[in-house]
Amino acid sequence: MYVSRRARYLLGAFMALVLVVMYFPILYVARLSFNKARSFAWPPQGFTLEWWRAAYHASGPREALLRSVETALLASAIALLLGTLAAFALTRHRFFGRNAVGFLAVLPIALPGIVTGIALNSGYHRVGITLSLFTLVVAHATFCIVIVYNNVAARLRRLSPNLEEASSDLGADMFQTFGYITFPLMRSALLAGALLAFALSFDEIVVTTFTAGSGFETLPLWIFNNMFRPNNLPLVNVVATVVIVLSIIPVYIAQRLSDGAIGASGR
Amino acid sequence: MRHANRLAVLAAALALVAAACGSSSKSSSSGGNTTVPTGQQTLGASEGSVSILAWPGYAENGSNDPKVNWVKPFEAASGCKATVKYFGTSDEAFNLFKTGQYDVVSSSGDATLRMVADGDAAVINTGLLTNWNDLDPLLKTKPWNSVNGVVYGVPHGWGANLLMYNKNVVKPAPDSWGTVFDASSPYKGKITGYDSPIYIADGALYLMKTQPNLGIKDPYALDDTQFNAVVKLMKVQRPLIGEYWSDYLKEQDAFTKGSLVLGTTWQITTNGVQADKTSPPVDAIIPKEGSTAWSDSWMIDAKAKHPNCAYMWINWITKPDIQAQVAQYFGEAPANLKACPLTAKGFCEQYHAGDPAFYGKLAYWKTPTAKCLDGRTGVTCKDYAAWTAAWDEIKG
Amino acid sequence: MSERGGLRRRVSRALYQRPRLRLALLLALPLLWLLIAYIGSLVALFLTSLYHYETDPTGLVQKLVTTPSTTNFHRVLTTDVYRTVAFRTIGAAVSVTLIDLVVALPVAFYMAKIAGPGLRRALVIAVTMPLWAGYLVKGYAWRSMLDPAGGVFHEVFGHSPGFGLTGTILTLAYLWLPFMVIPIYVGLERLPDSLLEASTDLGAKAGRTFMRVVLPLLRPSIVAGSIFTFALTLGDFYMAQIVGGTTQFLGSIVYREFSANLPFAAAYATLPIVIMLAYLFAARSSGALEEL
Repeated sequence: MYVSRRARYLLGAFMALVLVVMYFPILYVARLSFNKARSFAWPPQGFTLEWWRAAYHASGPREALLRSVETALLASAIALLLGTLAAFALTRHRFFGRNAVGFLAVLPIALPGIVTGIALNSGYHRVGITLSLFTLVVAHATFCIVIVYNNVAARLRRLSPNLEEASSDLGADMFQTFGYITFPLMRSALLAGALLAFALSFDEIVVTTFTAGSGFETLPLWIFNNMFRPNNLPLVNVVATVVIVLSIIPVYIAQRLSDGAIGASGR
Repeated sequence: MRHANRLAVLAAALALVAAACGSSSKSSSSGGNTTVPTGQQTLGASEGSVSILAWPGYAENGSNDPKVNWVKPFEAASGCKATVKYFGTSDEAFNLFKTGQYDVVSSSGDATLRMVADGDAAVINTGLLTNWNDLDPLLKTKPWNSVNGVVYGVPHGWGANLLMYNKNVVKPAPDSWGTVFDASSPYKGKITGYDSPIYIADGALYLMKTQPNLGIKDPYALDDTQFNAVVKLMKVQRPLIGEYWSDYLKEQDAFTKGSLVLGTTWQITTNGVQADKTSPPVDAIIPKEGSTAWSDSWMIDAKAKHPNCAYMWINWITKPDIQAQVAQYFGEAPANLKACPLTAKGFCEQYHAGDPAFYGKLAYWKTPTAKCLDGRTGVTCKDYAAWTAAWDEIKG
Repeated sequence: MSERGGLRRRVSRALYQRPRLRLALLLALPLLWLLIAYIGSLVALFLTSLYHYETDPTGLVQKLVTTPSTTNFHRVLTTDVYRTVAFRTIGAAVSVTLIDLVVALPVAFYMAKIAGPGLRRALVIAVTMPLWAGYLVKGYAWRSMLDPAGGVFHEVFGHSPGFGLTGTILTLAYLWLPFMVIPIYVGLERLPDSLLEASTDLGAKAGRTFMRVVLPLLRPSIVAGSIFTFALTLGDFYMAQIVGGTTQFLGSIVYREFSANLPFAAAYATLPIVIMLAYLFAARSSGALEEL
């Protein structure tokens, strides 16, 4: 398709504009973390490191960060297991209800978070489980399954069955084939899926509101509880900036792993 | 194998449905016991921790302002590590307290009796309270914190809902609640209201004074006609509102930045705005029609996991020196009148602590019931469920 | 061959010869998890929606009545405010989806078809990064920006949409944009250039090619992206609180009623469930579910 030069420039300019709009709020928050005045009128005034110092000493954000990491790690691990199993099951076998199972896996992420949240919460109450790290991890794992599933399934579909057949022909049993052939080829998809699942769980707040124990503050909960407090808001800005900067690493890794093809589907 | 799979799935699903149908949800109990209930007899040793559910400002543990902290000294003195959860409205308090995860709660009059009726509140043994005798007799064993002489709540303090205004923007200075109900207000979009069904009482109070033909005697006892008139007034107010508030800090933030300039508030919010050097000058008054108000009591969970620490907390928070700190921080009249000499000069006079005449003029939060609270028989009044449903509609 | 190798080989052969057993073993865990944890909860929620509260004679306490009744659904369908709020939320979801679609198409097109490989990778990272910046933080940034008394909009443009429905739609569109860009980008990437060249060779101008060739092929990607933007907006209540001023969304009411009147909240929540299920069913036919 021939795209005229003018069209190229226009599209390029639009792209740049969109990027500016996308990053402005993020850079604004980062700038505010150095803001002298506590009022956030535009334009920002002054420059100070006191909020960074305060954040370093504050125990609240640190604990919340640890809790978020803890939850996300556990949830991603479970999602990794379940998603991979499901991916193998659905790509390698044909059976009645195959599409239904795929649909089922998508539901936790396609239905609004508040629905998932109150459903799980009232489910827990019925069965008599008190909210805790366990209930939270179960909730997060549930909507992360489909992320891993999509990544792994996409990769499995691309894998030629010839390789595995050749391996069997050469005398390897199922487990050997999996360990020497399939798994190494799948590894990067697993990692990409796990990273995306981690990201989703780390930033999640809606389902978390309903499934976390009463004292259990993940980072998003900590942010919400403090963002309206005039004394703590500058801390929130600092924490947010740190998270943004640190996230460059996993995003870059995830991108490289997907070989230039990105998205939750990992295609 | 195929059939087995399908059958297994079906069986699991059926089992789930059966389980879901079979188990009954927690049903709330109604009414009291037939025998006279008594509270716990002795104060034992500290259990090591206590879970406090409080109005913001009542149990400061330094998380808001590191210099304001009377929870930490409590922990040191009692050996009870305290976790504090704040709530914004009585409804939140009621629902949170119902979960049974909190040992002690500071409850306003529109929640106390609901908690008692729901079976969530324990009888208080006043013999275990070290400061009971010093508490203002105006507040002890009253209809909102006791039932037939049985005490369920220990008074904490009381105060009025005020009208706060931005002195630079709102001119001349308002003296009536009419300014927040005025359909042609010049401050449209910058007015605020309290985000709870109980705020309807403020509208009722205004109509009580300005439309006497409606015959409203008690803002919490409204029959059909009166209620419809009040709801209509609240709907007139709705387009004027920029934001409703239930988190007082959100209101404080908005007044500081100037996105709100007029509306109902608590003294602590005004104090916060005035303390911030960057905020416009504000003032808070009780308008000429009077105000709705709240009178708070500490209640202990009927199934508290840490009852001893709960009593220790109540003994701590009702001490004169702590009462002086809390009352001045929040901006309310303390329940323990021995706190007054410990406060700044003129503080207790300003808040009319121990003044029955002034106390009688305010309309304290109480739960509206179908049985009219103003004593009328022959008509049914709107109960709290109706107020809540109306609030959904008013917010639109 | 060692003993352990012997056992392993026997198991492997047994599994190889019984594909159904393999399938059952693979599927058991995830399926049970999803059925029990998720579907079970949804069923429990629906059952809860059939309960209701009745005020006891003192008027102080609400008692839970567990005999099934349609009281809650009746209230949802007949009271004006719930209908209004539902339509408002659906309207917002549609607006957000459309805004994101209009912005995402040129952006994804540039990324997939015009940018060189190095730039493309950088752009992909650039577009995905904001997803990590934190939903609430971005929301609060928008609250500061939309502040009618000193935010960016007010100072730079002289006028701010303020805290309300418009502000909420803008913020949500901003938040969900990457979710729309990525599937469309992936879909465009898969589109062979030869197809587009062929269209040009046959005489179609760029616009026509776009409408007749690209867009239909992109349908699954667009639908996939819209599932996210629509579902995320439909259930949102935090943004309504942060930038919405007095605006109520469906989620706001569910959130409030959740602690006060769970059966009613459950009944009201069936509305977004029904809407999304219908949407997903419709989307299945377009193959969008593969693209999520």
